[in-house]
Amino acid sequence: MDLTLKIWRQANTKAKGKMVDYKVTGVSPDSSFFEMLDVLNQSIIEEGGDPVAFDHDCREGICGTCSLYINGRPHGPDSGITTCQLHMRKFKSGDTIYIEPWRAKAFPIIKDLIVNRGAYDEIIQAGGYISVNTGGVPDANAIPIPKVDSDTAMDAASCIGCGACVATCKNASAMLFVAAKVSQFAHLPQGKIEAKRRVQNMVATMDELGFGNCSNTYACEQECPKEISVSHIAKMNREFFAAKLCADVKDI
Amino acid sequence: MSNSLLKYASITQKISMSLLGLFLASFLLVHLTINLMLMLPDGGESFRAAAEFMGTNPFIMVFEYVLFAAFFVHIVLGIILWMQNNQARPVAYAKANVSETSFFSKYMIHTGVIIMLFLFLHFVHFYFAKIGLVDASATYMFEGHEHPDFYTMAIELLKQPLYAVIYILSFLALGFHLNHAIQSGFQSLGLEHSKYTPAIKSISTIFALIVAVGFSIIPVFFLIQG
Repeated sequence: MDLTLKIWRQANTKAKGKMVDYKVTGVSPDSSFFEMLDVLNQSIIEEGGDPVAFDHDCREGICGTCSLYINGRPHGPDSGITTCQLHMRKFKSGDTIYIEPWRAKAFPIIKDLIVNRGAYDEIIQAGGYISVNTGGVPDANAIPIPKVDSDTAMDAASCIGCGACVATCKNASAMLFVAAKVSQFAHLPQGKIEAKRRVQNMVATMDELGFGNCSNTYACEQECPKEISVSHIAKMNREFFAAKLCADVKDI
Repeated sequence: MSNSLLKYASITQKISMSLLGLFLASFLLVHLTINLMLMLPDGGESFRAAAEFMGTNPFIMVFEYVLFAAFFVHIVLGIILWMQNNQARPVAYAKANVSETSFFSKYMIHTGVIIMLFLFLHFVHFYFAKIGLVDASATYMFEGHEHPDFYTMAIELLKQPLYAVIYILSFLALGFHLNHAIQSGFQSLGLEHSKYTPAIKSISTIFALIVAVGFSIIPVFFLIQG
């Protein structure tokens, strides 16, 4: 396969970036998208240039590190996968492929295609945890949890925090990410103790970090590699509404 | 404190937009019912009686100010949300987003602005005449007093082809707006259900069709009638 790549190049956070054209030839349709970029980078290095910086880690679709916006979609043209699981057979020889970083005020570019997703960590620090005293490990069956609740919580917990929801949202809203984190705890008895404080603090932090508002376009659900449902956003809205209206003074 | 009630959080704004929007949508059915009376072959008797009731009933008169406030806050909040959303992505993508989403959900501010402009026009033509800010183009005597004749005024306007086109396009925009708005309002309020949400989405579309088609047939009726 012979391809034309249009890649965003930006030396650092403050530098002015631009789209740069590259040609890659002889790409195997069975290679992964990242292997194709590895080949490109090797040729750039051999020519004495600066290789394209992009985020990747496990390359198994589970770590949430990869973050490429390919031809107008986060993680590329396939659904329910991360960029590392994308293969070149999804493209045709002669194609022009646009490769851009996630675009959001809250995700500043570090270099080229790498963005700083530390904003997600700040949201988690605001309440995306449960407080547990140290001591002996409690019996696994000591707290009964309905199957439907544990399944829903597990679905929400499958969020890998990649940021595709923010990248695709026309408002760069982080609602699906925050909703998944709020919902996974709200469905479980262990999470209910801090539920009211959690949802208020996490939403407040999300707002302070400069993410946009949710317009219910549901693009996030379409592009989430873990296919997390927007029903978790409705769940968070309910949690937030209830917390604002019914929380004790100590909870707010 | 960042999470106090006074902090106007993104979800609080969305919930406010939803409650106000759903309230405004419910009023549309009342307005549509009255407007459809324009087509009754009774020389405007029913329409004038309805307009008189809306203009003189003390409950409705108070309700009118609630309605104006709802419009105002819904519009202002919509503009604030749009500005906040624009700021959240200062640099646009080189390749436009192609994610599959509901088409009209992306253009709520655009359809909203069209509706707002029509609302202004509507105010100039009818509400300003009602409160005496401008002279009514037609009047009639009711209980010994001269009243603006909204029946004649409405028909005179709707018979003008240019106004009819503006009217129909505005209600088309309103239909597109409502198609997303109703189901979106339920989602923002957290009213989501695996069984009922698909029904709410269908009701949203049916409601939008009723409003858009219901209002639009009125100028078409008068244009055909000549």
